[in-house]
Amino acid sequence: MPVVLENLGKRFGDGAPVLDDVNANIGAGEFVALLGASGCGKSTLLNIMAGLEVPTSGALEVPSDGAAFMFQDAALFPWLTARENIELALKLRGVGKADRRIKADELLELVHLGEAGDKRPHELSGGMRQRVALARALSQDRQLLLMDEPFAALDAITRDLLHDELERIWKETGRTIVFVTHNVREAVRLGQRVLLLSSRPGRVVQEWAVSEEHRTDAGLAGQLTGVITARLREEIRRHAK
Amino acid sequence: MPNNPTPLAESDPVVEADETGISTSSITGQPETRKVHAALTRSSTGHEDLRELEAGLDSLQSDAARKHRIDWSRVLLPVAALVVLVLVWQFYVSLGVKRRDLVPGPLDVLGQIGALWGEAKLQEAVWTSLQRGLVGFLISVAIATPVGLLLAQVAPLRRAFGPLISGLQVLPSVAWVPAAIIWFGLTDATVYFVVFMGAIPSIINGLISGVDQIPPQYRRVGTVLGANRFQMAVQIILPAALPGYLSGLKQGWAFSWRSLMAAEIIAVGGTIGFGLGSLLDQGRVLSDMTVVMAAILLILAVGILIELLVFAPIEKRLLRSRGLLSGSTR
Repeated sequence: MPVVLENLGKRFGDGAPVLDDVNANIGAGEFVALLGASGCGKSTLLNIMAGLEVPTSGALEVPSDGAAFMFQDAALFPWLTARENIELALKLRGVGKADRRIKADELLELVHLGEAGDKRPHELSGGMRQRVALARALSQDRQLLLMDEPFAALDAITRDLLHDELERIWKETGRTIVFVTHNVREAVRLGQRVLLLSSRPGRVVQEWAVSEEHRTDAGLAGQLTGVITARLREEIRRHAK
Repeated sequence: MPNNPTPLAESDPVVEADETGISTSSITGQPETRKVHAALTRSSTGHEDLRELEAGLDSLQSDAARKHRIDWSRVLLPVAALVVLVLVWQFYVSLGVKRRDLVPGPLDVLGQIGALWGEAKLQEAVWTSLQRGLVGFLISVAIATPVGLLLAQVAPLRRAFGPLISGLQVLPSVAWVPAAIIWFGLTDATVYFVVFMGAIPSIINGLISGVDQIPPQYRRVGTVLGANRFQMAVQIILPAALPGYLSGLKQGWAFSWRSLMAAEIIAVGGTIGFGLGSLLDQGRVLSDMTVVMAAILLILAVGILIELLVFAPIEKRLLRSRGLLSGSTR
């Protein structure tokens, strides 16, 4: 189990707990979609897994080499070209100068951006930037990849394609992926398992398995989307007072 | 993305189905309303298809490279402005409101500049000042950059010394001239000391404000990518703060140049060479307004040339490479 969360809790200062008693096991090579409405502490949970924040209670087991992280905005460095952004990540990982260039080109090729290596982030479209960010996250060469709503800011056409792209790369690289989203369709589209997080405090309230059939059978996927949406709305309705 | 004409994706499970096409009703938890939910499924038919789709989308969404041409209005407009100003000056002088030796015309000053050139005095003054200004500025950069980074990165240091550095920037560096003369006498050390006290605080401040304006996301990315403190400062913070740092450098140069002139005007003689400030002071002593005006114009000209030939191209390149220049009036 690369990731084990046991009774994990987090509160900021004296405020109400953001996360409370979160339990989850994520297996090697698994693609887990973490779903929840706003304020459910999805991002906080991801930050804890990435080691950017520390939990206030409970136990957490993550791979010792840490996790690769992909943000909602690509967060590429604007002073570097696409290739240099990836090379910087490799450099910070300690890859030698000669190998960096080769490895960066391989990764760009993997996300179908072999031609765009010399472009600067501002010359790339939103989708291309996210693919460079994905290549950069992959360059960290860590088993666990954490993604915080990486496609939320993209247009629908691009997003659909990037879903296919991410699925393909996941299968090719065998990473363990935790994908945070507030989009039920996206969760069903990508996750092998969908974990629903309640809001204030965040807690895993239910999970669903998504089979290979759901990837191609829109009827089946639609049905599951409906079920999960209903459960999510129930969770949101609890807060109406 | 190719449109799927079939209304029901069930008929062909491999082909895409998206929000618009098919959907299946499902129970939403409230039995009285049966809502229809669209779902996302695989939308491309294979690796090659995906590659092709992406390539098409990429080319649709990227701007075609624009060519940069020489924009003559950039050259002609400032020249025209200069000509207008000189003409206004000449017109004022020709009105004869003031005595000619108090307000010399453009031609008188030009003549004086020619005379100074003939005596090789002009070249000496410009060279001496420029050399000092540049050396003083470069040493200031070398001192201010690590200090600024350290202050920007270490909170207790910043809290302790930040107000002092900001204060030093407000203090006119001329105020240091008397102290410098007492400490170092009429030597080059006096001039350099005053230049440092002018330039260093303003470069530090520029760097700090540049660092403050870095999007917090960059630091998080740096942390996630495993940068240590030093790598974070050199590989991420410094380049990210470069636009702010550069305006700090520009201001630092302006402060060096001004401080240098002030020092040269006040501290004359000893082993201090003959600079533009000294020329200006000589004009005052001789009550020769053409020399004074010539010196002022030369000081201004050096400032403008450094800005045009050094800082403007660097800044333009820097901003353009980050996509920050589109739509600006530069």
